[in-house]
Amino acid sequence: MTILAFFLWSLLKVAVVTVVMLMGIAYTVLLERKLVGRIQNRWGPSRVGPFGLLQPLVDGAKSFLKEDLIPTAVYRPVYLLAPIISLGCALIAIAVVPFGAPAMGPRGFDLFEISNINIGLLVILGITSMGVYGIALAGWSSNNKYSLLGSLRSSAQLISYELALGLSLVGVVLRAGSLNLRTIVDQQATLGAATWNILGGGQIVAFFIYLMAAFAETNRSPFDLPEAESELTGGYHTEYSSMKFAMFFMAEYGNMINVGCVATLLFLGGWTSPLGDLMPPLQSTLINALLPIFWFVIKVFGFLCLYVWVRGTLPRFRYDQLMNFGWRFLLPLAILNIVGTSLWLAYR
Amino acid sequence: MHLILFFLFAGFCLAGAINLLMQTHPINSALSLIVVMTSLAVLYLLLGAEFLAIAQIIVYSGAVMVLFTFVVMLLNAGREERTLGSHAATRVGFPAVVALFAVLATILIRAQGLGAARLGEGLSNAPGQSNLFLLSQVLFHDLLLPFEVTSVLILIAILGAVALAHVEGSKIPDSEGTASK
Repeated sequence: MTILAFFLWSLLKVAVVTVVMLMGIAYTVLLERKLVGRIQNRWGPSRVGPFGLLQPLVDGAKSFLKEDLIPTAVYRPVYLLAPIISLGCALIAIAVVPFGAPAMGPRGFDLFEISNINIGLLVILGITSMGVYGIALAGWSSNNKYSLLGSLRSSAQLISYELALGLSLVGVVLRAGSLNLRTIVDQQATLGAATWNILGGGQIVAFFIYLMAAFAETNRSPFDLPEAESELTGGYHTEYSSMKFAMFFMAEYGNMINVGCVATLLFLGGWTSPLGDLMPPLQSTLINALLPIFWFVIKVFGFLCLYVWVRGTLPRFRYDQLMNFGWRFLLPLAILNIVGTSLWLAYR
Repeated sequence: MHLILFFLFAGFCLAGAINLLMQTHPINSALSLIVVMTSLAVLYLLLGAEFLAIAQIIVYSGAVMVLFTFVVMLLNAGREERTLGSHAATRVGFPAVVALFAVLATILIRAQGLGAARLGEGLSNAPGQSNLFLLSQVLFHDLLLPFEVTSVLILIAILGAVALAHVEGSKIPDSEGTASK
């Protein structure tokens, strides 16, 4: 494959994945509003389009058309940079996520992953750790006490839970012996759902830790202290309006999707079918290309529903409870999980 | 291609470093330092050290610099006063730094087993072998004892920090948020 063809194919992949991701973000917002509505015994958005399906478009138009207000006392360069960092980090992480069967394109070209690199998992962790700056700088540059408190809370929370998050993934990496996301999926997909890391792999504790830490990392309820509206009037994005606020909003939902993708890849067998070899391989190339994407999307969708369910159910933690939970419970549990997994692998 | 990226990110790195010194506001300096560290990570990547690159981003750009900005924000540090410093330092300092850098670079390039690296090539001689594997071989087989001793050293440092931060007779809040008796 020539350089030019590679470049064009990659450009196409980036464009398609970015558009799909943005649409995914828009409809995750709708999913959340609908599901939380049903949990609270009401309908949720239902007026725009059939079943309220066009609501995200209207929301987007509203964000664009609102007046873009920049308070006088803000520190402008950083104030303008912060939402871009947030949204950028949320969108970049999807670049290393494989969402379909390998080597389906022309001449073995990897059609369903933007970049297949051997440290894919670490890249996702690295980009996530850079995402903190968006929130931290937004709060600081707004020149507002509530914003600053929100961003300080968020920095502390993200740093604390990043440790537990990273350590919870070590068990999976130990089992796969690789940081390549495709290798990790292949390793757990031999017998379908029975060998997924969450079930046959014995990493259910790691999945639990990852789930908790991921809720905190994405600032989602019950760990949404950085924006706790009842005490901080919106936290780090108090002073943001119009499209800049929408960028933070999109970053939050983008991170939810990313976290769902990582959970799917590491614990739920990625794009592989839960039936494994029970289902005979199909002859049609089209179905063989589309079925893995179907499974991947279904798994991520389930994860997003779980997110919304938790938000509709649990009240917010208090700050000291949050820190105690992270440092005194999740972190030791994650270390124990690593020790246990290592011993088991050494014994086998 | 590699050369273009190298010059681009080396330029970013130098610009960030100069900006770091020129800015008077601590948060701008901290942000410039993030740019420097992230560009360095790209340079490592160009040299074929992908694990080192991503470790640089996770540890330095992600963790250390977040703590830096955290402290700057927490202390709400204002602008620095610019002082001229001594004339001797400016006259002797810059040539001395240039000379030192030149000497070090010459020694490193001439040294046995070191020498100039090539852009776009892996660090290992075996093709297709990830340097993650080689690095873990070195860390957990050849240099296991120093590695473990270093981690104990860091543990002691953490314990020391906790002991220093813990004021005698202070009350530790329990999980209910009230000071324990």
